[in-house]
Amino acid sequence: MIALTDYLTVSAIVFGLSLAGIVLNRSNLIILLMCIELMLLAVNINFLAFAHFLGNNVGEVFVFFTLTVAAAEAAIGLAILIVVYRNRGNIDVEKLDSLKG
Amino acid sequence: MLIQQIIFYAFAFILILASLLVVTSRNPVYAVLFLILAFFASAALWIMLEAEFLALILVLVYVGAVMTLFLFVVMLLNLSTMKLKGFVRYLPFGVLILAFIVAGMLYVIGPTHFGLAAMPVPAAKPANYSNVAELGSVLYTQYVYAFELAAVLLLIAIIASISLTLRKPRAKTQNIKAQINIKRSDRIRIVDMPAEKPRGQS
Repeated sequence: MIALTDYLTVSAIVFGLSLAGIVLNRSNLIILLMCIELMLLAVNINFLAFAHFLGNNVGEVFVFFTLTVAAAEAAIGLAILIVVYRNRGNIDVEKLDSLKG
Repeated sequence: MLIQQIIFYAFAFILILASLLVVTSRNPVYAVLFLILAFFASAALWIMLEAEFLALILVLVYVGAVMTLFLFVVMLLNLSTMKLKGFVRYLPFGVLILAFIVAGMLYVIGPTHFGLAAMPVPAAKPANYSNVAELGSVLYTQYVYAFELAAVLLLIAIIASISLTLRKPRAKTQNIKAQINIKRSDRIRIVDMPAEKPRGQS
């Protein structure tokens, strides 16, 4: 049988990969957004695994709302990305240093 | 029992491989396609967790709408000449972060606390159990306020993304100075013309 720890391990590996992707990726803003989507997916797997193994479907309701927020985040993020591309001509992460942070 | 394990490990392997390829692929179009593969594999895992409705929502909403939006944006922007700048330079940091996070999480979520002995697999649901009805009965009673807030959030997302990407000249704005300085002669033109006879009289 598949234990809860197997699901949690898969989700931990996916979360770590997407966080490493945010660190590694220096040239493209759109892959950064995709890594965030992947992170939310890993979190959702955790919620559903606990909801299943604890016999409590509040976790599924939370995943429902997380999916809503992630869709809104993706839409606004892509809109910002298009505005950045229109103003600067590229979406290079290294060149986005106007604020001198 | 064995077939479940085979399905689980196959889809978990596909999920991890696809997310690795999302991170490392040079072409953003390939990255979006691998992300779609990752969503499909995790939908299969969600079906194994008896969350059928959410798995179908993931495929319909995410793969059907959000990933299509990503693909549209990737193909709209001209990103064909993309190089993985700094990939080698930041690779040790990335591998270090990955190793620390996975090792730390595996220490916490290991089989001692969340194994089969500590968390036994729940009994199978009866044949007439409906995941959609169960979710809906909670969502529309206990969480109806949060549900309405989610609807408002989606409306805000629509308004925000449209107003961000709208071109400036088309935006309807007021020019107050021009409105105050308007003269009567700019708006009204009095035309002198002879009166006409109504039709039908001669």
